[in-house]
Amino acid sequence: MITVVLDSITIAKRDIIRSFRQKSQLYGSIVRPVIWLFILGTGLRGSFTAPEGFTYTQYIFPGLIVMNILFASIMSGTTIIWDREFGFLKEIMVAPMSRISIVFGKTLSGSIIATLQGIIVLVFFPLVGLHLSIMQIILTILGMFIIALSITSLGIMMAARMTSFEGFGTINNFVVMPLFFLSGSLYPIDRVPAWLKPFIYVNPVTYAVNLLRGIDLKIKTSYLTDIGVIIIFALIILSITTYLFVSDRK
Amino acid sequence: MNIIHVEKLKKSFGEIKAVKEVSFDVKEGEIFGLLGPNGAGKSTIIKILVTILRKDGGTATINNFDVEKEQNKVRKSVGIIFQDPSLDERLTAWENLYFHSKFYHIPSKEIKNRINHALDLVDLSDRKKEIVINFSGGMKRRLEIARGIIHTPKVLFLDEPTIGLDPQTRKYIWQYLVDLRDKQKLTMLLTTHYMEEAEICDRIAIMDNGNIIALDTPENLKSSIQNDLIILTTDNNLEFSMLVKEKFNIEPMLDDGVLEIPVNNGKTFLPKLFEMAGSRILSADIKKPSLEDAFINLTGKKIREEEASSKDKLRDSVKRRRRT
Repeated sequence: MITVVLDSITIAKRDIIRSFRQKSQLYGSIVRPVIWLFILGTGLRGSFTAPEGFTYTQYIFPGLIVMNILFASIMSGTTIIWDREFGFLKEIMVAPMSRISIVFGKTLSGSIIATLQGIIVLVFFPLVGLHLSIMQIILTILGMFIIALSITSLGIMMAARMTSFEGFGTINNFVVMPLFFLSGSLYPIDRVPAWLKPFIYVNPVTYAVNLLRGIDLKIKTSYLTDIGVIIIFALIILSITTYLFVSDRK
Repeated sequence: MNIIHVEKLKKSFGEIKAVKEVSFDVKEGEIFGLLGPNGAGKSTIIKILVTILRKDGGTATINNFDVEKEQNKVRKSVGIIFQDPSLDERLTAWENLYFHSKFYHIPSKEIKNRINHALDLVDLSDRKKEIVINFSGGMKRRLEIARGIIHTPKVLFLDEPTIGLDPQTRKYIWQYLVDLRDKQKLTMLLTTHYMEEAEICDRIAIMDNGNIIALDTPENLKSSIQNDLIILTTDNNLEFSMLVKEKFNIEPMLDDGVLEIPVNNGKTFLPKLFEMAGSRILSADIKKPSLEDAFINLTGKKIREEEASSKDKLRDSVKRRRRT
């Protein structure tokens, strides 16, 4: 058990060193939310109205944090395809480590990187006129980490058996976009037509957005449901991913 | 002591039988070669032995550990140089070795020494802080060799270790490997397409269609073809070949303007030819049988002929068109 933890940390450490050497991804993660915040935040303001007491930019702010986490987490799945393409995955697969450590390690590094990318958005909070206490900031970061954890596992599951970047790009578009737009991150859910609601309620990102809105905007939500859904989703996906890796031998 | 034991090993991919009941043993400290055309089953055997492929039948043990039941122990006992590169090119040479050491659970306080020692062995000490992406093909291979031995495996598997490298680099790589065997008593199992490289093996198993069709030392394999080849040019090859047939009852082969005469012993036979019609011979040469000849004799094909890449084929066809 201790070996599994140590091995996971080793694998995660490598990913994190790599990703810090890759500057373009970092710049992207800074620019993306800025664009969304200031262009869409002001542009869409007329079309959507935020609930009483918030500006539209404030209202979508937690959603934009989740968006950055969502992109970064799914991207971490590509590191597996990358490793497979360039042969390094073989080096890991023949090492005397359990498959679980590989899945855990990848999930850990992806979650840490995605959380950092969420923090990049979070630091903009004074600019949108939010006042957050230290406690709120700490809770937001913890929340971001469990959100990152669940979505990273999804990214890794998608990449587990995939051999090309092209395939991942397609799935990315069919998964990331719907997850984001069907989460209520840009609009209040109660104004959505009834037929769309089931999609929103099965989407784990919805609960992620609700969680952060609860912490940062104090909009009433059931923390138990939000955290419960996010963690259960992560556990299910992680078990599937581990199974995919264990059964990879032909 | 047999460090690798393989008995009646079987593996199919759907309808295709990649490995058909193969058995062999490798002794400790031996360099053992698997030689054969593409698709003969060499890589499949290696993949089964290093536990990344499941076998269909038979038994295989490495260092007395079963490749199916004791996977982690087998993995600790083997080092692998894959056919395709498998380094993390965004990390430095040192970091590649560091993470490998961690993956193989080498005690933290030993890691530094082992890395330095391994880098010394492959002459990469002064490049250890560089990102691997800037390395040449030969340097990458050397780094992979260093990585393959850093956890002190009992057996080193090398799947086409010198493929894609220029002849000089290939020579160096083999020097490192032979050195290693001598210094560390490492057992090696390798596959290669280059006959001259197969010569360094202590024993060679020639594979074809999933079977081992011959297993012996390179010398014995070569002497299994008894014939030397006397290669002549004469004033009239056709007439001369009829003379030879009449007198010695040997059928010479006419090949590209030269006459090839298979005989048991070239050195003693050549004077007889001169005695018969010395004045008609313009040049003479004796060719000893090579491993390649042994291979052709056993499998009926050249080892490299199936290997021509599509690029080569394209180039050949362009050449042909230009000539006509």
